[in-house]
Amino acid sequence: MGQAFRFDPVDLPPEAAGLRADVRAFLREQLGEYPAGRRAHSWSGFSPEFSQAMGRRGWIAMIWPKRYGGHERSALERYVMLEEMLAAGAPVGAHWVADRQSGPLLLRFGTEEQKAFFLPKIAAGDCYFCIGMSEPDSGSDLAAARTRAVRVEGGWRVNGTKIWTSNAHHAHYMILLARTGEAGDDRHGGLSQFIVDLKTPGLQIRPILDLAGEHHFNEVVFEDVFVPETRLVGTEGGGWQQVTSELAFERSGPERILSAFAVLVELVRAAGPAPDQRVAVALGRLTAHIATLRRMSLSVAGMLQAGILPDKEAAVVKDLGTLFEQEVPEIARSLIACEPELGSDEAFVAALSRTMLYAPSFSIRGGTREILRGIIARGLGLR
Amino acid sequence: MSEMSENHDLLRHSLDRLFTQQVNRPVLEAAEAGTFPTALWSALEEAGLTLPMVPAEQGGAGGTAFDALAIVRAAGSHAAPVPLPETMLAGWLLWACGLKIPAGPLSIAPVRPEENLTLSANAGGGFRLDGRVTRIPWGRDARALAVLATAPDGLKVVLVEPGGFALTPARNLAGEPRDTLTFTGLAVKPGQVAPAPAGVDGAALHLRGAVMRSAQMAGALERSLDFTVRYAGERSQFGRPIGRFQAVQQQLAIFAGQTAAAGRAVDAAFEALAAGGDIAFVGAIAKARVGEAAGQGAAIAHQVHGAMGFTREHALHYGTRRLWSWRDEFGAESYWQEALGRRIAAAGAEAFWPLLTGTAD
Repeated sequence: MGQAFRFDPVDLPPEAAGLRADVRAFLREQLGEYPAGRRAHSWSGFSPEFSQAMGRRGWIAMIWPKRYGGHERSALERYVMLEEMLAAGAPVGAHWVADRQSGPLLLRFGTEEQKAFFLPKIAAGDCYFCIGMSEPDSGSDLAAARTRAVRVEGGWRVNGTKIWTSNAHHAHYMILLARTGEAGDDRHGGLSQFIVDLKTPGLQIRPILDLAGEHHFNEVVFEDVFVPETRLVGTEGGGWQQVTSELAFERSGPERILSAFAVLVELVRAAGPAPDQRVAVALGRLTAHIATLRRMSLSVAGMLQAGILPDKEAAVVKDLGTLFEQEVPEIARSLIACEPELGSDEAFVAALSRTMLYAPSFSIRGGTREILRGIIARGLGLR
Repeated sequence: MSEMSENHDLLRHSLDRLFTQQVNRPVLEAAEAGTFPTALWSALEEAGLTLPMVPAEQGGAGGTAFDALAIVRAAGSHAAPVPLPETMLAGWLLWACGLKIPAGPLSIAPVRPEENLTLSANAGGGFRLDGRVTRIPWGRDARALAVLATAPDGLKVVLVEPGGFALTPARNLAGEPRDTLTFTGLAVKPGQVAPAPAGVDGAALHLRGAVMRSAQMAGALERSLDFTVRYAGERSQFGRPIGRFQAVQQQLAIFAGQTAAAGRAVDAAFEALAAGGDIAFVGAIAKARVGEAAGQGAAIAHQVHGAMGFTREHALHYGTRRLWSWRDEFGAESYWQEALGRRIAAAGAEAFWPLLTGTAD
């Protein structure tokens, strides 16, 4: 049973090398000398212009069918494109959720009308989504969601509050998880997903500033918000299954190992060409970790492409990946003396400071460390 | 790919059966007390598992690096007290330079990068071998040693047979022989010497030793995780199996993560061996990463086993004492981390990502 977790070897497709070179050339042209403090924003960097430029290159919706504006490339090609973007700290945040989660959700469960309407806009880099899952009393325990959608003439009326909604203030739509019926014995029943236009009357978006004083999160309050019948996603009451299948894709991508990459690059720069032994050992250790994590993450991508759903393996990658991401700033500061300051002129200090203030979120967003380890333990047969 | 993995499933299955039959407590205890497990070794030789990568014409199995990985990993998993990786490495050295590969368990020297043997011309014809090497695995049991020695005209591979040198016995924490061999003018016939081929030197041998130990550790981690998960399901305290407690589950999840990372790092190293990739980079990553996983995994295995696992009677220690030994052999984590770090630093910040993705110029 020692190999209860399966990490198949994976070979990148032959097209990957050319794609990688194209992405690097694009990044040089788009970003130029992109400051380390900006790179450290990783996938929370928000730029509609950049998203539209990516859309024009065919790097959003890469693996979707062409009839919905996609490009029918492989999941591994998408992986290569994505890891190049993240390693460069490119501002991919605007279309991020739509490309990674909302679009794939609609592809799997959406109606033909929904797919035809939303997917081409997402693919063009013009249409952004946010996710309305967490609530003030429903964080890790999604089944505790209380926001309620009640049937009315022609659709649904929604009341409740969603929280930690990244980019709700920039996005056009939200994928809302709401209660439409009783939870049942397993607590997983009675949840449904909807596409909500964020300009609908009765919907209020309030900023929640994060540790860095930045505005990414929001509280979204629904007061008698009308959602048309045609905006239910999938089946009424099938929300739990739809959401959990979505999470497996969210947990193992390159974004779970590269959030602190800007710090790592600046650490290598600050260490210089001939560091002392202590610095060399630490750099080597971090290298061994990130290289191995990348192979694990790629392996999960390969299995997803092969139609295997490696949810336990995805949990392993996210647990180890976020541990690593959080270690990077701690180790960096132990090697290179500095007093952290946001917006510093020094690249190392700027990247370190931004990442330090963002690091606590790494092991909370997308499933807390404790939840993930519970999933791993279940994979071991312990629960 | 699927045909290959099917063959490997078959190989893994037969390896598991062979080691389960041949490696048990009496064999392990006898090996630690100084009795070489000849029945186990014969079974391995008969099954053609000792020289997987040597062509059939030279007495090998004509297989791939992946066969070697499966064999060494299974040997590590079962704590097989035999020099399997060492025999594979000796076979590789001897085959690469065209020397004959003797039957039986083999070993290699030197195994530490700072040690060196010298070969010089003997007055009466032939050569003489001089020098002292330490920590030689199964030095006392090896039917022959494949030795790297420096001669005035370059590096040589020397086939050394037992006798004629002084041996001081020593052991690692798992009781595996790690002997000191002293050569004082040992007479070597010309037929036992060949120039080391290009790419075969002390560093290459040391690196391959590190990769082999990593594979053994990956196997030992997998098995120790199995033991520990099973024990957590069987041992009850406070009216329920300890594996039901979240505190224990979280520890086992960490153990599983470390084991998975170790397995992936080792796979990558053997992929590089098979495909002729950047083995210096990927091999160093494997030993550094697996060594770290070994320490964490062994600690959690013992914590979950409680006092039971601390006894000599419980089988857990056959794996954990090996993990604690193997992580320091052929270079500890810090050795390979430093090598990696120096390479990264010398290449510079802009070359870091290309190095990681194997797309450096």
